Amino acid sequence: MKKTVFLGTAAAATLLSGMVMAQEGSTLAQVKERDELNCGVNTGLVGFAAPDANGNWTGFDVAFCRALAAAVLGDANKVRFVPTTGQTRFTALSSGEVDVLARNSTWTYSRDTDLALDFVGVNYYDGQGFMVNRELGVTSAKELDGATICIQTGTTTELNLADYFRANNMNYTPVNIDSNAEGEQQYMAGACDAYTTDASGLAATRAAFADPENHIILPEIISKEPLGPAVRHGDSNWGDIARWTLNALIAAEEYGITSRNIEELVRSSTNPEVQRLLGATDDLGAMMGLDAEWARRAILAGGNYGEIFAANIGEQTPIGLARGLNAQWTQGGLLYAPPFR
Amino acid sequence: MSDTHAQTVAYVRDTMLPAAAPPLRESGAVRWLRENLFSGPVNTILTILGLLIVWFLVATFWDWFAHSVWNASSLSECREIIAATWGEGARGACFAVIRERWNQYVFGFYPQSLYWRPTMTFGLLMVALAPVLFSASLTIRRVVLVITAVVTLWAMSVLGAPVGWLLFSAAVLVAGLLASERNIAWLLPFSAIYPLLGVWFLWGGSLWGPIFVLVGPLLGWVAWRMLSGVSPLLATVAALLVTLLFWMGLAGEAARDAENILSLSIESVRSDRFGGFLLSLTIGVAGIALSLPLGIMLALARRSDMFLIKSLAVIFIEFIRGVPLITLLFVASLLLNYFLPPGTSFDIILRVIIMVTIFAAAYMAEVIRGGLAALPRGQYEAADALGLDYWKAQRLIVLPQALKISIPGIVSTFIGMFKDTTLVTFVGLYDPLKSMSDAVRANIAWKGIYWEPFVFVGAIFFLICFGMSRYSMYLERRLQRGHR
Repeated sequence: MKKTVFLGTAAAATLLSGMVMAQEGSTLAQVKERDELNCGVNTGLVGFAAPDANGNWTGFDVAFCRALAAAVLGDANKVRFVPTTGQTRFTALSSGEVDVLARNSTWTYSRDTDLALDFVGVNYYDGQGFMVNRELGVTSAKELDGATICIQTGTTTELNLADYFRANNMNYTPVNIDSNAEGEQQYMAGACDAYTTDASGLAATRAAFADPENHIILPEIISKEPLGPAVRHGDSNWGDIARWTLNALIAAEEYGITSRNIEELVRSSTNPEVQRLLGATDDLGAMMGLDAEWARRAILAGGNYGEIFAANIGEQTPIGLARGLNAQWTQGGLLYAPPFR
Repeated sequence: MSDTHAQTVAYVRDTMLPAAAPPLRESGAVRWLRENLFSGPVNTILTILGLLIVWFLVATFWDWFAHSVWNASSLSECREIIAATWGEGARGACFAVIRERWNQYVFGFYPQSLYWRPTMTFGLLMVALAPVLFSASLTIRRVVLVITAVVTLWAMSVLGAPVGWLLFSAAVLVAGLLASERNIAWLLPFSAIYPLLGVWFLWGGSLWGPIFVLVGPLLGWVAWRMLSGVSPLLATVAALLVTLLFWMGLAGEAARDAENILSLSIESVRSDRFGGFLLSLTIGVAGIALSLPLGIMLALARRSDMFLIKSLAVIFIEFIRGVPLITLLFVASLLLNYFLPPGTSFDIILRVIIMVTIFAAAYMAEVIRGGLAALPRGQYEAADALGLDYWKAQRLIVLPQALKISIPGIVSTFIGMFKDTTLVTFVGLYDPLKSMSDAVRANIAWKGIYWEPFVFVGAIFFLICFGMSRYSMYLERRLQRGHR
C-alpha cells in the first residue's frame, strides 16, 4: 500500500509542477517562442477573410495579420489563422487561443471596457445600410415604416436597427437570420422587404446577385461601424505593436511608400519621417521590443494600406468598394496615423 | 356404378377446362393497386393527396435539377450557361461548385500532396473493422475487402501516393483478405493497434509517439503480473498508475530521444487543416468507437450495487444528458483554455472528440440500460447458479443478450452522433455542411450560392446514415435466435 501512496504523490507532483512551469509570459515572448502568430479571423467573409481551395487565407483582415507577423517574426507566412464565429471571437481572444483578433469587429465602448479588449485602431470605417428591391419603390430608409427586415442576430447591426427605428418613430418586423448567406436567401425569396448589414457587406451581396440592377442600396447609413483589430487587456506592449503596425501601413500610404518603391526609399528618401518609419535612422522598433526594420517588413508583406484595400475590396475587385471614409485624411477620409517619432 | 352413368349421361363433363387467367381486377398491378392504394375511401383520398404532393414537388423542383450545370468556374458563369441553354429567366442548379470545390468538401484544407494518407487510413479502417463488423459471413467479408482493396489502391495511385506506401497498404489489404479467408480472428490484433496507426497516418509526425503510447499499457501489464500474486486490487491500481505515469512522465521524452536516434517521421499535418467530410468521419468514427465501450461501462455502473459507483454514474449520465452538445463543445473549445496553463496546446479535434464521445456515451448508457432491464431476471439468476463471477456473467450471459436487444437504439445513437458532428461549426472547425459551405461562399466567385451545397452534403450524409441503418437491420437478422 505504501508504494501506491508514493506513486499517487508522484503523479500529483508531476501534474502540479507542469502547471507551475508554464507561467504566463508576455504575448510578444510567447509569439516569438512559438514562432507563429495566432490570428483570429472570420470563418469566411467576402473580401475580408476567406480560405481558397488550398486553404490559403486572403482578404483585407488577413493582410493585417500577415503584416503583423512580418513585423514581429520576419515572415508574413508564419500565421496560423484561427477561424472564429460571431459567438466565439471575443472568448477566443481573452482565453489566449489567439494573440490578435482581426475579424471585422466593431469597436464599441462596452467591448473595449467590459469585455476587456483593447482595440488598436480602425482598419475599416463601415456603417450600416439597407438594401431593398427596386420594385418596392422606396428611396429612403425613412420610408421603411412597417417593413419586414432581415437582420443578423448577435451583431451590433441588430441594436442599431432598433435604435434607428425608435428614433424615427417607425415600426418594423425583424426576420432573424444566422449568416449572410441565409440573409441573401431570405431576401431573395421575399421573406423580408429589406436586408440590412454593414454597407461593405451589402455591396458584396448585391454584386453577387443575378440581377444587381433590380436592387438598390438606400443612401442612409444609420450607424458608425469602426472595424478594427483587437488584443487582450493587460499587455500594453503587445497592443502597441499591433497598433503601430496598423499605423505604419496607413502612414506608408500617406508618405507614398509602396511595396514596390520601399527598397529604393530606404536608400534615397530625404523625408525624415519616412527614414524613421523604415528604420533608416533612429531605432523606433527597439522601443517596443522589435528590430529596426519591423515596419519595412510589415509594408512589404502586402503593401501599404491603400494597396491592401485595392487588392482585396477596392474598385478593381468584384466587390468594388470606394475608399469613402477610408481615404487618407489628406484626401477627405478619416485615416490619420499619428506621427512616427 | 359410376361407370354406367359416365357413359350414359351426356351432360356430365369428361374433360377439365384449361385454367383461365384470373380476372383483371384480381391480378397483377391492378390488384396490387386496389388492395394497397385504393382499398377504401380514406385510403383512396390519402393516395390521391400523396400523389398530388409528389407531383407538386416534382413540378416545382424538376426544372431546377434538370437545368443543372456541372462545368463552370463561378456562379455568374453558371447563370450565363443556364440563360444561354434554357433561355432568359430559366433557373437551374449550379452543381459546378461541388465539382470545383470537391477536394475541399472531402479533405478540407489537408495538404493536397498528402490526400492519399486519409484515403489509405479509411481503406485500412475497413480491414480493421472486418473482424468486428463482419465476423460471421465469409462472403460479405470477401466482397467488402476486395472492393476496399481495389478502391483504396486505385484512389491512392490516382492521388499520387509514394510507391513505398502503395506497397505497404497493398500488403496490409492482401494480408487482411488472406486472414479473412483463413481465420478472421487473426486480424483482431491489427484492429487493436489500428486507432494509434490511424492517428499517425492522419496527423503524421513521429511513429515513436504511438509506439510509446503502446508501451504504457505493456508496462502496466508487467506490473499487474508482478503484483497479482500479492493482491488483485493493488495489482490493478499499480497497473493503472504505471501506465498513466509512463504516459505523463516518460513517454514524450522517450519518443523524442528515440526519434533523434532513428527518425520514423512522416510529414505532420495540423488539426486546423482538417475539414469537410474528413473531419466529420474522423470525429464520427472515433466517437462511435469510443462511446460504445464507455456507454457499456456506464450502464453497468448505473446498475451496480456499489453506492459510490452507482451515484457517480447517475450524476455523470444525467449531467451530460441534461446539457446541450453545443454547450459541451463551447466548453471544449473556449473554457478549457482558461483552466489549462497558458501555452499548452491541447488539440482542438481531440477536445471535440472527447466531448462528443462522453455526450454519446451518456445516451448509449441509457440505451444499453434499457437492454439490461429487458432481460428476464432468470438469466441473471442462471448466471449466479452456474457460479460465474460478475464479469464472467456479464460477458458470457448478460451483455450478449442485452446488446442484441439494444441494437436499434445503439445505431440510432450512432447516427445521431454522426450527424451532430456538423455542430463543430460553432467552435470554428470546418464541418462540411455549414462552415465549409460558408468558406466557399466567401469567395466572390461562389458568393450567392445556397441550396447546392446543402443538397450535396445532405445526400452524402444520407448515404452514410442509411448504410448504418441497413447494417443494423442485417445485424438484427443475423443475431435472431428462436422465438419464431
